Amino acid sequence: MQITVTVNGAEYSREVEPRLLLIHFLRDELRLTGSHWGCDTSNCGACVVWLDDTPVKSCTVLTAMADGRRVLTVEGLEQGGVLDPIQQGFTECHGLQCGFCTPGMMLTARWLLDHNPDPSPAQIREALSGQICRCTGYENIVRSVLWASEHRAQ
Amino acid sequence: MLSNHRAYGPLQRKEDARFIRGKGTFVDDIQLPGMLHGAILRSPLAHAKIVSIDTAAAEGHPKVCAVITGRMLEDRKLAWMPTLSRDIQAVLATDKVRFQGQEVAFVVAEDRYSARDALELISVDYEPLPVVIDAKKALDPGAPVIRDDLEGKHDNHIFDWAAGDKAATDAVFAAADVVVTQDMLYPRSHPAPLETCGTVADMDPVSGKLTVWSTTQAPHAHRTLYALIADLPEHKIRIVSPDIGGGFGNKVPIYPGYICAVVGSIVTGKPVKWVEDRSENLMSTSFARDYHMHGEIAATRDGKILGLRATVLADHGAFNGSAQPSKFPAGFFHIFTGSYDLRAAHCEVTGVYTNKAPGGVAYACSFRVTEAVYLVERMVDLLALELGSDPAELRLKNLLRPEQFPYTTPTGWEYDSGDYAHTLRVAMDLAGYADLRREQAEKRDRGEYMGIGLSFFTEGVGAGPRKHMDILGLGMADGADLRVYPTGKAVLAISVQTQGQGHETTFAQIVAQELGISPADVEVVHGDTDRTPFGLGTYGSRSTPVSGAAAAMVARKVRERARIVAAAMLEASADDLEWENGTWRVRGDPEQARTIAEIAMAAHSSLELPEGVEGHLDAETVYNPPSLTHPYGAYICVADVDPGTGEVCVRRFIAVDDCGVRINPMIVEGQVHGGLADGVGMALMQAIVFDEDGNCLGGSFMDYLLPTSVECPSWELGETVTPCPHHPIGAKGVGESATVGSPPAVVNAVMDALRPYGVRHADMPLTPANVWSAIQGRPLRTDLAIR
Repeated sequence: MQITVTVNGAEYSREVEPRLLLIHFLRDELRLTGSHWGCDTSNCGACVVWLDDTPVKSCTVLTAMADGRRVLTVEGLEQGGVLDPIQQGFTECHGLQCGFCTPGMMLTARWLLDHNPDPSPAQIREALSGQICRCTGYENIVRSVLWASEHRAQ
Repeated sequence: MLSNHRAYGPLQRKEDARFIRGKGTFVDDIQLPGMLHGAILRSPLAHAKIVSIDTAAAEGHPKVCAVITGRMLEDRKLAWMPTLSRDIQAVLATDKVRFQGQEVAFVVAEDRYSARDALELISVDYEPLPVVIDAKKALDPGAPVIRDDLEGKHDNHIFDWAAGDKAATDAVFAAADVVVTQDMLYPRSHPAPLETCGTVADMDPVSGKLTVWSTTQAPHAHRTLYALIADLPEHKIRIVSPDIGGGFGNKVPIYPGYICAVVGSIVTGKPVKWVEDRSENLMSTSFARDYHMHGEIAATRDGKILGLRATVLADHGAFNGSAQPSKFPAGFFHIFTGSYDLRAAHCEVTGVYTNKAPGGVAYACSFRVTEAVYLVERMVDLLALELGSDPAELRLKNLLRPEQFPYTTPTGWEYDSGDYAHTLRVAMDLAGYADLRREQAEKRDRGEYMGIGLSFFTEGVGAGPRKHMDILGLGMADGADLRVYPTGKAVLAISVQTQGQGHETTFAQIVAQELGISPADVEVVHGDTDRTPFGLGTYGSRSTPVSGAAAAMVARKVRERARIVAAAMLEASADDLEWENGTWRVRGDPEQARTIAEIAMAAHSSLELPEGVEGHLDAETVYNPPSLTHPYGAYICVADVDPGTGEVCVRRFIAVDDCGVRINPMIVEGQVHGGLADGVGMALMQAIVFDEDGNCLGGSFMDYLLPTSVECPSWELGETVTPCPHHPIGAKGVGESATVGSPPAVVNAVMDALRPYGVRHADMPLTPANVWSAIQGRPLRTDLAIR
């Protein structure tokens, strides 16, 4: 089937199988490999991207469902060579180790900060609780999000 | 040498720049021209004879390029491969399947989805056989024999192994005032890195060069193994381990999928990618633990621990793929005397086959040290309960004293250095231990169940001395090459492979420290066997203890070469130079000094050098560790238990680690954080459970629960620093410390909370159901869904 999706501001029209998962479309068709696939069951959140203005787990979203809609991936966070504060926060606070969960974590955190610019650690933990990190024990991820909340983009 | 630490310290990671932009390169990110996709058909049964396999329909699929079965591999002598414990493992099953999820056939197709579609078109006729799923029944007379492929094998026994002095231990126990015993299980768990295992194999039919991009923690060992398994010339094999999405031991072995992808590439003449899905990862790749332990501790009435005994039944699954040094079939379990001054100890371990997935890898445990630490730390707590002593006081009374180091344990380990009681006191101060006990007493009066759990661990890491330690005959030494370019910028090539530990940063700091340059001026090359020297890779917390030592030593070689050049530059005798503030200078004359950058340019110039000195500064080395390093730590967990639901909340966790000199404390703390989350997970949530038919009940993240941000508290860390005396920079390694040390602290906390109910012990994972049952006096058997 024919679909048109706007990814990180660029429009893509493609012929895809109706069953094609959004994560595979992004990774294999568009070669945007920053979003990762980790579990198949919507448990790990390595595949989180925004569909329109909401984080979704793209391993359980069909590409067809994104037809006519906007997708934001980790590759779209940096704007005009300027890192998003959440990207800076993860670096400043050692919020990543292997880097596999990081894109999904950052996209959910970005959404949280857009809706709650000054979250408490408990609110951050709640927001990220649908995602798994196997390396950091979460503490530095929480600190990274707090850093970003304290250093908002100008 | 340790006086000048300016390149050490918290430093943001070089790796982060690519990861925060989504520009890392993980195996599944690799797309080659013409690349095909592989998928594995797996057994739905735990034990069954294969009567027939019909692949005709799959071969007829328009996008299928090849269907490979065990029979076809037999023709290439590849149906079986050696495991890391000198057993053999089926690549694709030929005679029968021996665990649920075992590899049966491999499809190569033009795309991911078609490969999966074609699996549905393969028809396998199985004849089910009785299963052995309970390790305790594996050696029963009449138990079904799993490994009838092995000549003369008539039972499920793998090995018996023992350490320590049995007679001396028996004597100590016979004379002791108090003996406490306990059965305990360290359940089977899975490392579950967020990136599953996978590979892209590309055999160039013209040059005969095989390139394998692979999720491997040990690229060089894999290269040698591919050469041995597939009878390929090793110099024509290149293993590339790009960015790795977590390893934790899961990515040490070679899996059947890797071999199938290589064969797929040979058969089709095109690159073949194979990446397993999460269920495949959890059900078929290397598990960890699965130790059924019986512990006994002997002590005097006034609390002096005298001896320790352990009898272990080790479930190794269907093939013995345990990743351990050859001499040690139970890994380093005989470190089980822990951090205490004992008179005697003895342990016996028996390994058995069951119809479960093969392996027995680390999972951040330094070769079974995790099980050993769990046993001793539970036994010490049970002794405290028996004696009515405070568990902290009992530990302080029995911990090894600083003057006892180097200390030889009753089972033959030589610990390097430590001030254990100091570290425990630092943890108690951080926790406010006395206040916590007061709070607990008040809460108990109110009917609230709060527990305080301690653990004190000592690890043996950095395997290891070549004369004692090898994996499949490959000695556990690691190489390092260091090139210093004319402008003074350096490139360090190492044999170990980061999976998130930050080697590109830490190892740059090590070299920078030795050469007086900036870490920004050191590029670290790793994960490509064509560009790096041989070594055994990253697991068992060996990167800093072994490869980090190699990095320091090779940098010192460069520094000594630089001294000769500097002497020529300064027209002085090399003997008159001293290394000070990152420069070679004429002794006592700070004006007459040369930096490494200045010396490097001179070394590449036409400057006349002494007879026999050829110029340049490059050097290489191999580091063969003289002994293991012994990081240790004191952990305190504060947990609240809801007796109505059995739910455990870890409210606080205090961790004081002593890993010797810290190169990058920020990274060290990150390593500890991750391990603590692992400990909470293993103690409370994680277990790969089977039903009586051998069905794996932990085959997805919906069933195999991992800790998230809400189960983890905000970790409270402290540190003490006791340098390792035999390591060039005094470092001990830290990657696994917290995974080793934290589970017993959590379990001890929960048991402490449940004391009013008279609960002595319940096995991990302490799920709400399990805790609730323990409160009712009926703790669950947590490894089997058999009631």
